[in-house]
Amino acid sequence: MVAPTQENSAPLIELRGVTKVYGVGQAAMQALAGIDLRIDEGDFVAIMGHSGSGKSTCLNILGCLDSPTSGSYLFRGVEVSHLTRDQRARLRRFYLGFVFQGYNLLKRTSAIENVELPLIYRGVPARERHQIARRALASVGLEGWESHNPNELSGGQQQRVAIARAIITGPSVLMADEPTGNLDTARSEEIMQLLCQLNREQGITVVMVTHEADMAAYAKRIVHFKDGRIESDVQNGRNH
Amino acid sequence: MFWNTLLLALREIRRNVMRSFLTVLGIVIGVASVITMVTLGKGATQQVATSIASMGSNLLMVTPGRRMGPGAASSAPAFKVEDGEAIAREIGSAALVVPVASRSMAAINGHENSSTTVTGSTNDLLALRSMTLHSGRTFSDSESRAGAAVCVIGQTVRDKLFGSQDPVNSRIRLGALSFQVIGLLESKGQNSMGMDQDDIVLLPLRTFQRRISGNQDVSMLQVQIREGESTEKAQRDIRLLMRSRRRLALSEDDNFNVMDTKEITRMLTGTTTMLTGLLGAVAAVSLLVGGIGIMNIMLVSVTERTREVGTRLAIGALEREVLMQFLVEAVVLSSSGGLFGILLGLGASLGLKNMLMVPFIFDPTIVMIAFVFSAAVGVVFGYFPALKAARLDPIEALRHE
Repeated sequence: MVAPTQENSAPLIELRGVTKVYGVGQAAMQALAGIDLRIDEGDFVAIMGHSGSGKSTCLNILGCLDSPTSGSYLFRGVEVSHLTRDQRARLRRFYLGFVFQGYNLLKRTSAIENVELPLIYRGVPARERHQIARRALASVGLEGWESHNPNELSGGQQQRVAIARAIITGPSVLMADEPTGNLDTARSEEIMQLLCQLNREQGITVVMVTHEADMAAYAKRIVHFKDGRIESDVQNGRNH
Repeated sequence: MFWNTLLLALREIRRNVMRSFLTVLGIVIGVASVITMVTLGKGATQQVATSIASMGSNLLMVTPGRRMGPGAASSAPAFKVEDGEAIAREIGSAALVVPVASRSMAAINGHENSSTTVTGSTNDLLALRSMTLHSGRTFSDSESRAGAAVCVIGQTVRDKLFGSQDPVNSRIRLGALSFQVIGLLESKGQNSMGMDQDDIVLLPLRTFQRRISGNQDVSMLQVQIREGESTEKAQRDIRLLMRSRRRLALSEDDNFNVMDTKEITRMLTGTTTMLTGLLGAVAAVSLLVGGIGIMNIMLVSVTERTREVGTRLAIGALEREVLMQFLVEAVVLSSSGGLFGILLGLGASLGLKNMLMVPFIFDPTIVMIAFVFSAAVGVVFGYFPALKAARLDPIEALRHE
């Protein structure tokens, strides 16, 4: 297992000439056509683009759910583009947190048990797990909702549980795939404020895919994808 | 980690109680039938063994016929009274030699008739079977020698032909002939093989040969060996004596059997054991069918929970951990089915033991085997669905609707 180390000189994430091709021969489809991207510790990056622009593929690669076809992915200066399936799983387990559009909470499982899930795979003892999960739920504003099942929670609350689950391990990066896609404007803004707060107060780097400009506006930096390439990469002037 | 996996499996099963129950029903029934078959089979075997052992270990039975091989028995000549006399004369350790010839036929008194076993033998048969007289007398020497038309009957025959009347000195008809009842036996009830020992009409052997069978044959010689004498030696001696009396050449096999009670036990229990094995095998097949049921439901479960698997993989679960999760779930299902099946099977055996008149014998070995086997069914049939879950692509799985 590679052990990414904290080096001040290396950026947190660096993609160099990353391509991704799905299928082979005639049916081959190039999702990413050479991406160079550098994300520093503590950044809040919004990735935008139309569907098919390659933004989701890019997030999957950044989240080590997928490997690039060619190119290099350095995570804290360590090459991770050719890791095995289990090595990538361990990297996700220890350094990454995920938030999905559809929340992906376990059904018929209480909020606190959902939040505890990543700690189970880390082998944290039950009692300690419980305390940490309780604190994580409190930090997303869900104190008192611990024993509720997902179907008893609103969409916004479910996404908060999902965020609590993603940050409970104290990850380096939070990967958010359309986190507000299923929410109304008011709930969306609450979620975005929560992400901003986590980024600001806990220093968690956030990489978020979205197609809503309103949501991207919360980020510090906005990257636009088009046809598998980065079209623009701008710092967001808006102050939080 | 294992403890967590186990808890997770239990929680998952509890969420779908009805479905889990239906899933394991096949296993429950399979295990229950194995347990019931084997438990009752063991009981039956033991029962036969005890009933034979109760005849005493010092009893030898000499019967005509080859030991094995179909049709051989019919070609072997029957014994004669003289063979019995020869054993009594030549074998010093023989305490009693009782020739027995018997046939099933109807006994008739007026309008009443009863199908029974008519046995020709001597008074010694009563001593050998530890039967005693209730009233009347046994055969006199002159009756035995002359082949007089007299008989001693058992309680069952009395009940059917005479009701509660005293049968002594009445007459009954066997076939075309009339016999005087001179004695009534004390009731002995059923032996443990379920045979009614009171369903008997006893005639002097000579009477039987002359008036019933019409030949000089004896179907069996029962020999009781004196206490303290070696049964094995008597068995050997009787065999040699019979070989010489039947003029068998050295190259010829025996055309008779000299069996002690152990061999009789083995012969009779062999059949029961084989039947038990067969029934057990049929039941084991139903266990496999139960396993297929588990595989089916686990496959459905994996499909249903594809997103959950995707989430777990994204969070950082290893392939091995997802595999274990589903495998443990299958094993917990199948082994709890096994546990229920064991309880059900033992309960059924207890319930049936009175109906079948078979003792209940708890066999921890078969219970262990059944449990381990049901757990193994979970491993075997749960592995493929578990592997399917573990191999899912997290990206695809997360997108699954």
